[in-house]
This record gives sequence, structure tokens and C-alpha cells, in this order.
Amino acid sequence: MRIKRDALLGFLMVLPSIIAIGIFVYGFIGWTGRVSLSNWVGLLPNYEWAGLKNYTNLLFNDPRFMVDIRNTVIFTVLFVLGCLILGLFLAVLLDQGLRGEAFFRSLFLFPMAISFIVTGVVWRWLMNPAQGSRISGLNLLFDRIGLDSLINSWHATPTWGIAAIAIPAIWQMSGYTMALYLGGLRAIPDDLREAARVDGASEVEIYRHVILPLLRPVTLSAMIILGHISLKVFDLIIAVAGKQLALDVPAIYMWTTTFDGQFYGRGAAIAMLLLLSVAILVIPYLYYTIRTEAEL
Amino acid sequence: MSLRLNRLLLYLPLIVITLFFLLPLYVVVVTSFKSFDEVSLQRMWQLPSGINFDNFRLAWEQLAPHLWNSIKLVVPAALLSSALGSLNGFVLAKWKFPGADIVFPALLFGMFIPYQAVLIPLVQFMRTIDLYGGLPGLILTHVIYGIPITTLTFRNFYAAIPSELIEAARIDGAGMLQTYWNILLPISIPAFVVVLIWQFTAAWNDFLFAVVLTNPSNWPITVALNNMAGSQIIQWNVQMAGAFLAALPTLLVYIFLGRYFLRGMLAGALKG
Repeated sequence: MRIKRDALLGFLMVLPSIIAIGIFVYGFIGWTGRVSLSNWVGLLPNYEWAGLKNYTNLLFNDPRFMVDIRNTVIFTVLFVLGCLILGLFLAVLLDQGLRGEAFFRSLFLFPMAISFIVTGVVWRWLMNPAQGSRISGLNLLFDRIGLDSLINSWHATPTWGIAAIAIPAIWQMSGYTMALYLGGLRAIPDDLREAARVDGASEVEIYRHVILPLLRPVTLSAMIILGHISLKVFDLIIAVAGKQLALDVPAIYMWTTTFDGQFYGRGAAIAMLLLLSVAILVIPYLYYTIRTEAEL
Repeated sequence: MSLRLNRLLLYLPLIVITLFFLLPLYVVVVTSFKSFDEVSLQRMWQLPSGINFDNFRLAWEQLAPHLWNSIKLVVPAALLSSALGSLNGFVLAKWKFPGADIVFPALLFGMFIPYQAVLIPLVQFMRTIDLYGGLPGLILTHVIYGIPITTLTFRNFYAAIPSELIEAARIDGAGMLQTYWNILLPISIPAFVVVLIWQFTAAWNDFLFAVVLTNPSNWPITVALNNMAGSQIIQWNVQMAGAFLAALPTLLVYIFLGRYFLRGMLAGALKG
């Protein structure tokens, strides 16, 4: 009796949140799904059935969406790899017991406290594509210190401009990746390293054969977290370059086509495709993490 | 000897990467304090001849109302979503009901979704209940979409507390709210600090919800700063000072409460 009442009370306490998330996450996703199957164009809602037209148009008949997919792939590969490599490198460096470790750790993490908008506004000037007499930003710095070969057009580079956006994104998120790896490194018992040392392994070999394999779960988590951030990238690009077609990604396309162009049906379809790509990445991760936790 | 040399060599890449991290900070600080006569893109990397507040004055004139909007938005959003998260976390960790193990991941999924997938209904909904354009609608949005991460952080925190403590209170006849109020809430302060900081930072730094849900007079700082950066009239040096102002509150929180900040961040990776 008592237990039943307790359970009911607990449920009632969480109920407001269940309702809120039920409506604002699941209900709204369903609603967006419905809009994506409609002909809604213009300010007034129009739920006239359109079938999968919005999806087929995007996937088979829309050069802009193809640019978006291409940009997302380039950005994701560079951003995720960049963060993983730099993050792991920093974590291993800071794991050597160097003096000033706490200072460096805080320094590499401070971009996490800042918004993508601030980062973007600053990098917009650092990555100023102007050259010649109007040269500035990093190009100017390269010019002054004799690294002329590094001078480039950054995000204004034809076709590959999106790659430049990965630089501020890595600047922002590699510290976080480092923190994840540091957590992983600290969890490895010292006995393991000691045992490998006794067996005559060099420090490099210990990392290659003992530590890196043990860090694989961390790498997987980091890849999923960074990957889903990368699929959603939006404000950073807006702040660095505004709404340029050459740097378009699905999140920006959805925003402009819906709220500037009033193509609600198409915007909803982009949103659903974006959601699908994130869900494919995140749901197995959620499932796996919660199941392992339950086994502990 | 060679061992010491090796250790010194470790600092070399560390210093190069440090420069990479400090570069934007250097430009922002140096530019912000220059006088208008000194500002030119060609002298971007030079130190200012003295400390000058012209840029800050102009940036402040433009951004002050929006900084104020951000504060009015962030404080209630962080407080409310933390309170909800704490209650949820308590129930889901220590006062489970049948089905709680399904509810928890279902709530969590909400923190990973691309918010584009809810924007159209969200705008329609806010228009219907007449909260579109102003701060209350944006606050409500942040509170609701903050529930997953605050619930997660509190749940992990409470899960680590021995169940005997709760059982003892139960045997003594304490009800759920009493148990929460008398036993868990008093020891929750560290978790509240973590979650409040995290929600403060997340809401302060949000752009997408704000740009879609508020009209220009209610823009928080991120939208106003981005708008300033996109304008042709506003000088880049004023933009830098504006970026400085926009980043300062969360940076101060990071500098003074960094330990808690890091914990909140790692909670987002589901590693409580």
C-alpha cells in the first residue's frame, strides 16, 4: 500500500516534466513531421497533404541540399578528426605530470565557456580573406613572420571554404575532447603501466599497445558527441560568414528557407532529415550507455 | 640528463598550441583597448599605445540593453530548470516508479535533438499562447529544453548517495517531499552549483532559439552581437569590444568556478 502510494507520488512529481518533454520534444517532432508532408508555403499554415514530395525534391532535385550534404561531410570529418587528434595529444601531454598542468588545462578549456557567436565574430576578423594591400588578420601575421605560403582565402576559398570553419570549431571544442581523454587516462590503473614497464616496454610502446586500446570507449563517446554537434553546426558559420550559399549546411538551409522564404514544408523536411541523422548517431549510444550503467 | 631534456621538449608543442588558443584572445583584448586613431586592420597585431575605452563605450551603447535582456532571461531560466532537474533527478534515482527506466532515456533524448526539428511548432505554439517575441516565451523554452541535462546531472549526483539514507528516513515515516527536503536538498548544493552554472552558460550562449523567438528589442546579447557583426557601419574594433562584453559574464564564471563548470560539461557526455 505504502509502496504504491510512494510510486504514485514519485510519478506525479516527474509528471510535469514528462508532459513538457512529451509536448515540446515528441509532440513537436510529430508536428514538424506532419508539416514536412504538407504543401505549406507562406505565412498561413497549410496542411494540405503533399506526400513525400518535399523529401524527394531535397534529395533528388535540389543542388543546394547537395552542397549542404557535401559541406557537412567535409566539416564533420575535419572537425571530429581535428578535435580527436588535438584533444588526445593535449591529454597525453598533460598526463606527463608537467609543471603548470592545471593552468594549461584551464586554458585549453576556456573556449567552452564562450558562445559560438563570440568565437565566430572574432575568427571572422582573424580569417579575413583580404590579401595584397588590404591584408589583415592571420594572413597579415603570416606575412610578417615570413610564412607567406600559409596565406590563403580561408572560408572564401572556392569549394573548400567550409574547411576553414573547422578551425574555430576545433579551437572551441578540442579542450573538451582533451577533458574527456584526461578522464579516460586517469581511470587507467598505474599498475598496468608499471607491469608493461617491467616487461621492458618503452613509453611509446606503452601508449600504443596498452593505453590507446583502453581509450577506445572514450574515443567512441567523443566521436558521437562531436559528430552530433557537427551535424547541428549553425551559429558558428552564421557568425563567421553570414548566410552564404557556399558555406550552407542543413541547419542554416532549414532556418533561411523556413523563416526568410516561408517554405515551411521544405524547412520541416530538412529538419526531419537532420533529426534522423542525429538520431542514428545518438540512440544506439544512449541505449548502450544506459544499459552498461544498469549492469554495474 | 636526456630525461630532463625530453621533458623540456614536451613544452615545445604545448607552447605552440597555447599560442593557437591565445591568439583570438590577444586580438580581442589588444583591439578593444586601442583608441580610434590607432585602429587599423594593418596594425591589428600591435599593442595599443595606452589604455583607451572608446571601443567599449561605443559597444556598450549598442549592447547594454541586450546584455540586460540576457540577464533577465538567464537567471529565471537557470533557476527554474535546475529546480525541475533536482526533483526529477531525485525521483528517478531514489524514488522510482514503474516505468521510470523508460522515462529517463526518453527525457534524455531531448538534449541531443537538433532544435530545428521543433522550431516551426514552437513558433506557432508561442504565437498561439501569445508569448512570441518577448522574453517570457524564450525563458519557457530554455526551461523546458533544459530539463534533460539538469535531470541527468542531478540523477547521477543522487544515484551516488547511499540508499540506506533514504530507507532510514522512510522507516521513520518521512514522506517523499520530506525526504527530499530534509535529506537530499541540504547535500545538493554542489550539484546545484554545477547545474546552475551550466544552464547559465547554455542560455547565455544560445543563439538559435533567441533569433527565432524574440523581436529586436528583446534580443539577448548573442543575437545583438551577431547583428552588429553583420552590419557594414559598425567598425571591427567595436565588434571586438562587443565580443569581449558578450563573453565576459560566462568567462568570469569559468575563471572563478571552473571546477564546477568542468563537471557540468562532462555530465553532458553521460559520464556523471
